[in-house]
Amino acid sequence: MAVEVRLPMILQKVAGGAKTVKVEGKSIHEVFDNLEKNHHGFASRLFDNEGNLNHFIMVYVNNEDIRLQRGMQTELKDGDVITLLPAMAGGEDCCR
Amino acid sequence: MEMSLPFSRPWPAGKTAVAELKDRPESSFPLARRYADKMIAHAREEAPNECCGILAGPANEGRVEKLYHGINAEKSPVRYNIDPQQLLSIHEETEAKGWAILGIYHSHTHTEAFPSATDVRLAFWPDSTYLIISLKEQGEPVIRAFSIRDGRIEEKQVVIGE
Repeated sequence: MAVEVRLPMILQKVAGGAKTVKVEGKSIHEVFDNLEKNHHGFASRLFDNEGNLNHFIMVYVNNEDIRLQRGMQTELKDGDVITLLPAMAGGEDCCR
Repeated sequence: MEMSLPFSRPWPAGKTAVAELKDRPESSFPLARRYADKMIAHAREEAPNECCGILAGPANEGRVEKLYHGINAEKSPVRYNIDPQQLLSIHEETEAKGWAILGIYHSHTHTEAFPSATDVRLAFWPDSTYLIISLKEQGEPVIRAFSIRDGRIEEKQVVIGE
């Protein structure tokens, strides 16, 4: 069962410049495992040192944020579209 | 009221934005005055919290066509994070139009318009220009623009046009 994964610019180079890749998997967890198998380097960008999904990577299945679903266990159907987007975040550090 | 925008200069009269863009060095960011005004107004509306937003336009022209007011999910005076669902909507809209996300703006309400360590650490959009509005001097807001790639900061000239 294949899903389409849409990659942001910062992850496209890991996939050899591809904007989208087809990946097998019945859950987000499986898809990310297979992404790493097919294109080594994804895992280090998607997960922190404890293996948790990086807080600043947004993952959507058919435009729904997986954090509002079952997270990494979110189930997938054939033809689902997964979009990965890095957060737009930052802010001043300073003391007043 | 004439707005003071240090580090910016006016476009020469009588030339189009697109033609001017080709004449300029790569390290500049053309910005119509109406968008600069909207960004400053947005920063003031959200103060003391940081504001954030997106500037998008045709990818091959580098001309801003639309300003999106971001929802700061952090609602914080020292952090911004564009609401994830809104970010997706804006991304989808710009993709459908064939546009690029040319600029990502946010405000620093009490410090200079220069990327903080947090801004650099979380700069995940290397092909977009990061614009910072400083309200440190209330009467004289400042907008500066930067490329942030692989932890390196390079300033771009904000070129204000009509």
